[in-house]
Amino acid sequence: MNLNLTLKVWRQKGPADGGHFETYAAPNINDDMSFLEMLDVVNEELIAQGKEPIAFDHDCREGICGSCGFVINGRPHGPMKATTVCQLHMRNFHDGDAITIEPWRAAAFPVIKDLVVDRSTFDRIIGAGGFISAPTGAASDANLTLVPKATADLAFDAAACIGCGACVAGCPNGAAQLFTSAKVAHLNLLPQGQPERWSRVTSMVNTMEAYFGSCTNFRECEAVCPKEISIDFIAKMNRDFLQAKFRDRRKLVNAEAGEDAG
Amino acid sequence: MVSGSSPRAGMAAPVTTARRRHVSRAWIIEFYGSAIGKKAVMAITGIVLLGFVLVHMIGNLKLYYPNAERDLNEYSRWLRTVGEPALPYKGFLWLVRGGLIISFILHIHAATTLTLMNRRARPVKYQGGRSYAAADYAARTMRWSGVIVGLFLIFHLMDLTWGWRVVHPDFVRGQPYRNIWHSFSPERWPVSVVYIIANLLLGLHIYHGAWSLFQSLGWANPRFNSWRRGFAGAFAAAIVVGNVSFPIAVLSGLIDDPVQPKDTEAVAPATFEAPVWTPAGTGSTSRGL
Repeated sequence: MNLNLTLKVWRQKGPADGGHFETYAAPNINDDMSFLEMLDVVNEELIAQGKEPIAFDHDCREGICGSCGFVINGRPHGPMKATTVCQLHMRNFHDGDAITIEPWRAAAFPVIKDLVVDRSTFDRIIGAGGFISAPTGAASDANLTLVPKATADLAFDAAACIGCGACVAGCPNGAAQLFTSAKVAHLNLLPQGQPERWSRVTSMVNTMEAYFGSCTNFRECEAVCPKEISIDFIAKMNRDFLQAKFRDRRKLVNAEAGEDAG
Repeated sequence: MVSGSSPRAGMAAPVTTARRRHVSRAWIIEFYGSAIGKKAVMAITGIVLLGFVLVHMIGNLKLYYPNAERDLNEYSRWLRTVGEPALPYKGFLWLVRGGLIISFILHIHAATTLTLMNRRARPVKYQGGRSYAAADYAARTMRWSGVIVGLFLIFHLMDLTWGWRVVHPDFVRGQPYRNIWHSFSPERWPVSVVYIIANLLLGLHIYHGAWSLFQSLGWANPRFNSWRRGFAGAFAAAIVVGNVSFPIAVLSGLIDDPVQPKDTEAVAPATFEAPVWTPAGTGSTSRGL
């Protein structure tokens, strides 16, 4: 079945431009298309007309890279649960629908162009502690360090975060708690993450708070997360952060001095 | 890869600058300086305030005792004398009040600064509007329910603690039974309406707050996570039902008129039993005290 849609798309020439909505007709859209393929069709038409195509981020188009993402009808990644924009099929829309498309809105995610935002603040959070320090040399046997199955599963649930930014976009406060907590938990749950556990959470939270809002437990992030990351990880991050504050503070001096604050 | 023209190639990415740099300070200041620290403070002060509203509501349930006037007034007197002689008169009361005042100020200060931080985090709102997937009404109105309950608290103090003449002309210090009865009397019905609305909003505030505090303090565990929402709902319901019942009970005539004379403020509890203010025949000593 084919759909005839009206798109209201945010167009913004560049970071300095104020931006505005523009309305486009998207006729004869095959409902087997993904949302991005639908935009490709619209862009082909715009290019044929000699107009500037709609810029949007995308890469793998199978929901695992975290490149794509914008707000569709007021909801990050659109109306479907556990779905990125590239996995969102047009069969979830109806003929004659008017669809509003807007970029993520956050001070930490400035718009580069149209629907493309700069998410490098996420990279700064990762740079502050989203890694483990490993000595170089011969790789040790993969299963040398035992990890309980339940722990490995939980860490994997956290590691499923693709860093798309939907949590920030959906959060009424523009907070990055879900992203940061997933990245903190992923390593803080595992034995390999223990040596830097307290400095990691302190450093990553401090960096996060330098750019993003604060958590008021709306649960909006969890609801819009395409990977269904649980807010239990936020509680865990809060717990680790509070614990770190009450531990031997001399041990944290280096971590805090080395933090990335821009 | 970016579809269409490649904006990243042609344009310098906007620089996102950190709002504040981290400076080494005394750890308690630094702790409160972080948003998670502020949320923890909000949660702990919230627990203190939750404890207060619960105890306050339970204390006022004495309105339903058979000998309500004597028992309630005695309870209010006990609150002033408890701990004597180790503590001075009203010593315990002021310790509690001090804790509550500090909690109240910290709760509001943290809420205000975090709200400002959150506003800065999204200077440009969603131009096409937004829809909520999970955030309930209580969560989205915390600011308003909090502010309105805070304003009501000031009125409530003027009405029933300070007894300002302009608010409560018939206020008699030391006779909370008479004061409650008079405050909620039918001719002062707007007071009851305001009181009921404020308590419904308080319930809404608690419904989110009493759940939220678990998250803020990192109290998440598969063993009790499913109980957190129920706990908050039950707590809010208990407070609302208990508190709202008081004006309704007075308005519906369920609560007897006060009989203790207005001028017995300084009288020792023992004198309360004296027939001087007990209506003939009702016999306040019927409980065999």
